[in-house]
Amino acid sequence: MTATIQALIDTHRSQAGALLPILHALQDQLGYVPAEAIPLIAKSLNLSRAEVQGVISFYHHFRSTPAGKHTLQICRAESCQAMGSRELEAYAKAALGIDFHQTTADGAISLEPVYCLGNCACSPSIRVGDEVQGRVDTAQLDALIAELRQGVVA
Amino acid sequence: MSYKIYVPCDTTAASVGADKVAAAISQQAQAQGVEVELVRNGSRGLFWLEPMVEVETAQGRVAYGPVRASDVVSLFEAQFFQAGDHPLKLGLTEEIPFLKQQERLTFARVGVIDPVSVSDYEAHGGWAGLRNALSLTQADVVAAVTASGLRGRGGAAFPTGIKWQTVLKAEAEQKYIVCNADEGDSGTFSDRMLMEGDPFCLIEGMIIAGLAVGATQGFIYLRSEYPRAFATLKTAINNAKAAGFLGADILNSGKAFELEVRLGAGAYICGEETSLLESLEGKRGQVRAKPPLPAIQGLFGKPTVVNNVVTLASVPIILAKGAEFYANYGMGRSRGTLAFQLAGNIKHGGLVEKAFGLSLSQLLNDFGGGSKSGKPIRTVQVGGPLGAYVPAEQFDLPLDYEAFAKQEFMIGHGGVVAFDDSVNMAQMAQFAMEFCVEESCGKCTPCRIGSVRGVEVIERIRAGENREANVELLKDLCDTMINGSLCAMGGMTPFPVLSALKYFPADFGVTAAPKV
Ligand SMILES: NC(=O)c1ccc[n+]([C@@H]2O[C@H](COP(=O)([O-])OP(=O)(O)OC[C@H]3O[C@@H](n4cnc5c(N)ncnc54)[C@H](O)[C@@H]3O)[C@@H](O)[C@H]2O)c1
Ligand SMILES: Cc1cc2nc3c(=O)[nH]c(=O)nc-3n(C[C@H](O)[C@H](O)[C@H](O)COP(=O)(O)O)c2cc1C
Ligand code: SF4
Ligand code: FES
Ligand code: FES
Repeated sequence: MTATIQALIDTHRSQAGALLPILHALQDQLGYVPAEAIPLIAKSLNLSRAEVQGVISFYHHFRSTPAGKHTLQICRAESCQAMGSRELEAYAKAALGIDFHQTTADGAISLEPVYCLGNCACSPSIRVGDEVQGRVDTAQLDALIAELRQGVVA
Repeated sequence: MSYKIYVPCDTTAASVGADKVAAAISQQAQAQGVEVELVRNGSRGLFWLEPMVEVETAQGRVAYGPVRASDVVSLFEAQFFQAGDHPLKLGLTEEIPFLKQQERLTFARVGVIDPVSVSDYEAHGGWAGLRNALSLTQADVVAAVTASGLRGRGGAAFPTGIKWQTVLKAEAEQKYIVCNADEGDSGTFSDRMLMEGDPFCLIEGMIIAGLAVGATQGFIYLRSEYPRAFATLKTAINNAKAAGFLGADILNSGKAFELEVRLGAGAYICGEETSLLESLEGKRGQVRAKPPLPAIQGLFGKPTVVNNVVTLASVPIILAKGAEFYANYGMGRSRGTLAFQLAGNIKHGGLVEKAFGLSLSQLLNDFGGGSKSGKPIRTVQVGGPLGAYVPAEQFDLPLDYEAFAKQEFMIGHGGVVAFDDSVNMAQMAQFAMEFCVEESCGKCTPCRIGSVRGVEVIERIRAGENREANVELLKDLCDTMINGSLCAMGGMTPFPVLSALKYFPADFGVTAAPKV
């Protein structure tokens, strides 16, 4: 793991403002930014550990713990609210038995809030991995959850 | 004979099944031995009709939509590739009233061309602005942008030419062009559509900006929620480089411009320009005090143009057709066009590029077709989460920066989110404060603490505790946030709150509209 982390750091460290590109690379590869990466990044970029930690915690996108197999984001912003996202959100929480920022017991799905996916002409919107879905209703959500639980969708 | 078929690759088109439709078309074509050339274009912005499939004919492009993958077999039976009749047939795309009534200047090519083809871009008028700019002095390019009347489409509407002039005049070895592609506002998607549908237009605008102010390096700061735009931009940049439009010697002019895309990481505040610059430098996205303006001390302390995607993408046509051509659109001091975005509870959601001066009711009714639910539209939020809620009785106000500002409304980035009469405005006001709690950068107290207090006070009002007194408290708190916040996050969060209170007092359980 340490070697992987250092290799990713080395790929990006020479560019100006390298910290975010490094964190993205780590999270893309590992699914999260592990604690053991912090001293390595700090050393490589000549920053304090606190500075690195401060950056990781500032941005919603970066996580310090692994997520479930799939991350389901539900849009909470205004346009989606106008099309029933509050009900969709409540439905998803009940169906999964978890709240935002939690993962189902089987490790299949992590639920996260998101504020606008730029998909507002087809609200309400959700996102799984990199795929956005629009005009989502509870039936579609049920089908999706079932698919994700079976590990059908990557 | 090969038939040319267009299926959008746009995020929203894909969100309702465009990729599956494209796959089904390829598969059917193969199975039936019909030779097709499938182009993944951007979206025309008629999102209620997405996935909208188009076929090229001698008369022009013919559209079908909304197409589901399960419709593809019957489309082939109807020989849609030769514009055959089918229940989903919409006729000539350009004749669809929603599109026909628009004035597409900045978005002229979006949905029309193959987004990453340099030659398709050129065949549709691309690179003409850049070629003209290369033959002009820096001062003349800036003068053209100033004369066009173009103002910042990111929301603050600051004159673009004046900003560029400041950077041109600043002396420095290195200057930067930074494109703000953070597009965090709910109800907005025009930046995304442009980047996914016509990325060279943005690239061309950035190169022209670089030539104009003497900057040789550009960055596009893109929100991480837009992976498709990210992929498209990277491909487009590589293609532009290979064709000699980017790099050390642009079109053999001896002028250099390099361009890189950087991803944000899910922080709304990083759309604020100084926070964005901090983030690009690899730091927490905490807002810097202004002055110094980014135009004087921006990225890595150097003079920097920070402009929105649509601002920069409006520059090529200004340089290609002249400042006057652009300035002839619009009203008052709002020149040119704005790409309005219809969202929320609306029947025909999508992109409407029109000259300034039309009214909200034209947008909502003539284009939008009323609410999706069929109930009356009670209010629209214009200009994103920091914009006011406009009540129905004000829907005839002309969309003009000054006319809106006079009523304490904001046009902003042109997002229009419609709500029907089931909306609870006290709940929306509370959400505005909750959003500020979530997204505050934490640098100043009125925003960081004020928003937390705001949520609590609105909760108490909604629970019926001491309503009149708590409404007074809320107004005081808003006043403190407006006057005491360092940036517009804390400074403008009160606008949706106060407008909700002013126009919809009954939702807060108070009878008379309190003075705000
Ligand atoms: N598009 C979105 O997703 C989104 C999200 C939130 C907010 N906004 C908008 O952001 C706006 C606030 O932005 P802001 O705080 O950057 O506004 P601002 O008025 O401080 O600045 C506007 C722009 O003009 C520049 N500028 C100002 N004076 C200048 C001068 N004398 N010379 C050169 N340049 C000068 C600034 O650097 C900045 O680029 C709001 O009105 C809102 O509409 C947009
Ligand atoms: C909280 C906040 C968020 C913002 N988000 C964006 C954004 O996502 N996109 C954008 O272009 N401008 C955004 N802005 C405005 C920028 O600070 C800045 O005015 C703009 O990028 C300048 O470009 P323009 O003159 O071309 O509009 C935001 C401002 C604030 C206060
Ligand atoms: S107003 Fe809010 S977002 Fe802006 S600087 Fe202050 S704390 Fe940060
Ligand atoms: S508000 Fe949900 S996608 Fe924009
Ligand atoms: S951090 Fe600014 S008030 Fe304490």
